[in-house]
Amino acid sequence: MEVQTKTIDCTLTVSFRGELDHHAARETVTALERAVDAALPMHLTLDFGGVTFMDSSGIAVVMRAFRRMSALGGRLELINVPAQAKKVFDAAGITARVPMGT
Amino acid sequence: MKVKPNNYIALEFLSRSVNEGFARTAAAAFATQLDPTLDELGDIKTAVSEAVTNAIVHAYPDALGKISLRASVFDGNVLEIVVRDWGCGIADVDKAREPLYTTGGEERSGMGFTIMESFMDALIVRSKPGKGTVVTMKRRIAQRSGRK
Repeated sequence: MEVQTKTIDCTLTVSFRGELDHHAARETVTALERAVDAALPMHLTLDFGGVTFMDSSGIAVVMRAFRRMSALGGRLELINVPAQAKKVFDAAGITARVPMGT
Repeated sequence: MKVKPNNYIALEFLSRSVNEGFARTAAAAFATQLDPTLDELGDIKTAVSEAVTNAIVHAYPDALGKISLRASVFDGNVLEIVVRDWGCGIADVDKAREPLYTTGGEERSGMGFTIMESFMDALIVRSKPGKGTVVTMKRRIAQRSGRK
């Protein structure tokens, strides 16, 4: 799993590339939280465009980001979510809580 | 009477998380003989990933152990996946199957069984504390027009 971060103004964009499973989850969460702690953004965008596979480990990653952004009083958005990952998010009801855009 | 599969593969691997990708990819590669859609393949990969991750995280929390995966094809284009471990077992299977229930802490979502259930047609979980767990999943792959 490759994690890339970019901050513009108060928006932190974190892009994932590869397979997001339990094996990749820990390093993904660590990289994500490090980036959020450094940027303290008002808006966090998670770009799933490069995610070739995701299971429920991705739900835990997004829920952590959601709680962290709630604590910061900021917003979380997911973009470019592929169909396979979207189905996993739908099954967990994430789609109702976190906005998804393109 | 036990129905014999038309084809099967059997794999055995150590409960290292790096094997999660191998297990779901192998199951998906085997399933391609049923001519599934990309969506159906995605569902199979996801369900296998959840079952294997459960075994790695919960069956062998403090050690490495053996996991087996058996994928079979039955009449009617039915794929059956059996993931078995010989780990600590699940005391309350009904509780474990509830959405959001997890003993895995913040890293897990508690949605594994819910996803297996909604992505496959049938899910059977048999477990004995101290003996291990057997997860059996079935999915009928729709026959598409233009198939031989």
